[in-house]
Amino acid sequence: MERFLDIVIAGLLLGGLYALIAMGLSLQYGVARVFNIAHGEFIMLGAMTTWTLYTVFNISPLVAIIISGPVAFVLGFIIHRTMFRKLLSSSANQGIFESNSMLASFGLMFVIQNLAFIIWGPEIRAYNYLTETVSIGGALFGARRLVTLAFAIAIGVAFYIFLARTRIGKAIRAAGQDPNTAGLMGVNINWVLALCFGLGAAMAAVAGVLVSMCYPDSAVMGQEYLTVAIIVVVLGGLGSIPGSFIGGFVLGIIGSIVAFYDPGLTMVAYYAIFILLLLIRPKGIMGK
Amino acid sequence: MADIMVLINLLALIYIGWFVDWAVKQNKSKVWLFSGLAIIMLVILATLPNYGPIYSYIMLSGILMYLILTVSWTMFSGPTGYISLASAAFFGVGIYTSAILGKDLPVLVVVIIGGLISVVLAAIVGAITLRLRGIYFIVFTFGLVLLISSVLLWYEIKFTGTRGRFIVAASNDTIYYIMLGITVLMFIAAYLIRRSKYGLALQSIGQNEEAAAHMGINVTAVKVAIFSISAIFMGMAGSIMAMKWIYVDPYSAFDPFRSFLPVLMAIFGGMNKFYGPVLGAVILAFLEEKLLTEFPYVYKLGFGIILIAVILYLPGGLVGVVEKVRARIAKGKNALT
Amino acid sequence: MHLLEGKGVSIHFGGLMAVSDVDFYVDEGEVVGLIGPNGAGKTTLFNLISAALQPKPGEIRFKGQKINGFKPYKICRLGIARTFQIVKVFGSLPVIENVRIGSLFGSAGRISPADIDRKVSELLEFMGLSDVAYTPVKDLTLAHQKRLEVARALATQPSLLMLDELMAGLNPTELNEAMELVKKIRDSGITIIMIEHVMKAIMNICDRIIVLNYGKKLAEGTPQEIANSKTVIEVYLGEKSDAGN
Repeated sequence: MERFLDIVIAGLLLGGLYALIAMGLSLQYGVARVFNIAHGEFIMLGAMTTWTLYTVFNISPLVAIIISGPVAFVLGFIIHRTMFRKLLSSSANQGIFESNSMLASFGLMFVIQNLAFIIWGPEIRAYNYLTETVSIGGALFGARRLVTLAFAIAIGVAFYIFLARTRIGKAIRAAGQDPNTAGLMGVNINWVLALCFGLGAAMAAVAGVLVSMCYPDSAVMGQEYLTVAIIVVVLGGLGSIPGSFIGGFVLGIIGSIVAFYDPGLTMVAYYAIFILLLLIRPKGIMGK
Repeated sequence: MADIMVLINLLALIYIGWFVDWAVKQNKSKVWLFSGLAIIMLVILATLPNYGPIYSYIMLSGILMYLILTVSWTMFSGPTGYISLASAAFFGVGIYTSAILGKDLPVLVVVIIGGLISVVLAAIVGAITLRLRGIYFIVFTFGLVLLISSVLLWYEIKFTGTRGRFIVAASNDTIYYIMLGITVLMFIAAYLIRRSKYGLALQSIGQNEEAAAHMGINVTAVKVAIFSISAIFMGMAGSIMAMKWIYVDPYSAFDPFRSFLPVLMAIFGGMNKFYGPVLGAVILAFLEEKLLTEFPYVYKLGFGIILIAVILYLPGGLVGVVEKVRARIAKGKNALT
Repeated sequence: MHLLEGKGVSIHFGGLMAVSDVDFYVDEGEVVGLIGPNGAGKTTLFNLISAALQPKPGEIRFKGQKINGFKPYKICRLGIARTFQIVKVFGSLPVIENVRIGSLFGSAGRISPADIDRKVSELLEFMGLSDVAYTPVKDLTLAHQKRLEVARALATQPSLLMLDELMAGLNPTELNEAMELVKKIRDSGITIIMIEHVMKAIMNICDRIIVLNYGKKLAEGTPQEIANSKTVIEVYLGEKSDAGN
């Protein structure tokens, strides 16, 4: 029973993290139409700065969440307003913009990853925070995992509500469906696109903070998370944010089950699912 | 002194690249007529171990590695716009072919087998993903390298009991000759493909895939075929370069940067002409070889900035700049007459 | 045997029946017009024939052979060629290469390799595109691009040519040229189906007209019959149609 709960909690934790990361990527691709290959690097930045904040300045990771989110948002916003805006105006059509922006995000990945190497070096970093254990129904669980899980789900749900209920959320969804018409309807489309990009970056950074609480981190960690995020986005359906939310949890639970039997095979399992998807139903769970 | 030898040979490579670009559009007899200079360049390259210090052809082998990755990558991804991030996977397959078979088989056989296994992998990846929109292909190939390295690591630890492997070394000039041979084969293949109707088919697929399908082109078959062919050279290069590094493990053999750098070099050089990727690879690989030991991360950072700058301000890459200059000179000439 | 025949052809997108239980046929040598209000399913029907989409349910036969489930390239090689409502040209390639692709890949042996270059230049001549043979297609006017699409389709040596709104966006001079062109193609022995909103062209050239509305076949008959049909006139009242008869 304890094992079962362990797997479930690990699955929900992983799922929550994946959902956050994937929703961020989905926002950037689904609305801003930027397939942001540098997304993984924002996760990494969130994780590594948390490590520095904690080990050097003794700032709690939970506080780091509050700091890194807005900082990443501003960073993402600025990057979009400068780099991607320029591309938007210089690209002849949507297809060209999508491919150019992806390549530009590629360059961004290079820049951020190597900056991280220069600042933190290639070593793997970890820290101990909230290492106490908590007893639930007689079974013992790491406090930090429970806290991380709670935050991941809370943020995910909050974002969901934001999208569905608020005015800005509606503007975002409109822009995702049809940017031109949304613009004609009075939505400041450039602002919304940059907002989405910034939001996506913020979610990545926050996910990074949470990841760092439970797992070791390094300057190269971004790519693996990005790969999982991509699989989740495809699983949920390209362009569907709710799909990414659900897909994240599906993959997280599968990952947790596989890890129970053999941790080295989680990536294989994810890819097996990916291949199956591409062969049978490329548009995913909720794809248009 | 070694650097000068290297630079001369790099210029020779660039010339050959330019020559192929020119030759594709000419009729065959004219090509033979003007190939003299290109052959001389080839001889210069082939005899480097005879007149240059060891350092020069070791460095050139490294540059040829990037040249092969970049030009092979462009063979498929250039005209079609399907950006493959699987180059490191094919290269890594070649490396591990050497690791596993290198003790028992002669060098050339190992190299060829490395190429063949890469083709098989490429055909499988292509069959799964090239029936779908380009974005699926890109993302699938992105994670492929990580997937293979994690499977390999799992297998090695679980079944072979080791993490890395030792590879039988080959002499530096053998490595150089084989790399040069692969490069020549690649140039020939690229030339033949571009001249053939399949080169045209590839371009039409990149311009408007739906229309291409309606014109009688079996687009999936063409894509899978060319993608697989491009993988041969990457696999072969991996097999032979492994014999220089001697010790490999899954993470170093399947390094995602070897998927990223060809894209960067091709875009930097400019994708509109055949010699663009040659130019880009030669320049950036040379810089990399020079800066690798002293400033390992700074140069990669620089490459990232270069990529962003090129995409934002110089979409045609270096080739774009060269062609603009040529156009301006031509205009100047016309104005004077 | 009809050259092209469709029975019960249907397809739906989401909850909408884009094409609903349509029976149709085209005989060799005919010029058939396909008309109807916007959204009636005309281009969708073309897509179903050219295999860009699969009929679900329904059956389509070409020269007696069932062609459901074939990929677009196979349909082209069998002898059905088409143009597109929004031109899908190979923009960066020159005109002559655009046309050559059709002959190289779509003619499926109907032209021997040695003859291809000659056929291509004949075709360019026929279509009045010889002057711009080496111009990249993206630099041409829309009228020329549309003509190029036709040339490209003809390069595949089709038995059946499907034209999708060839006349749209043309000025009166270009319109007359286009109408003459369609007649020339018909005279060279190729069967034609054309989707059009330009009534002048339809009335002038077509032997028979099929009218679609909301995905269903509304009427079928000679231009006179259709022009006098009450049902068709009702459907078109309030519709802006060019150059009435």
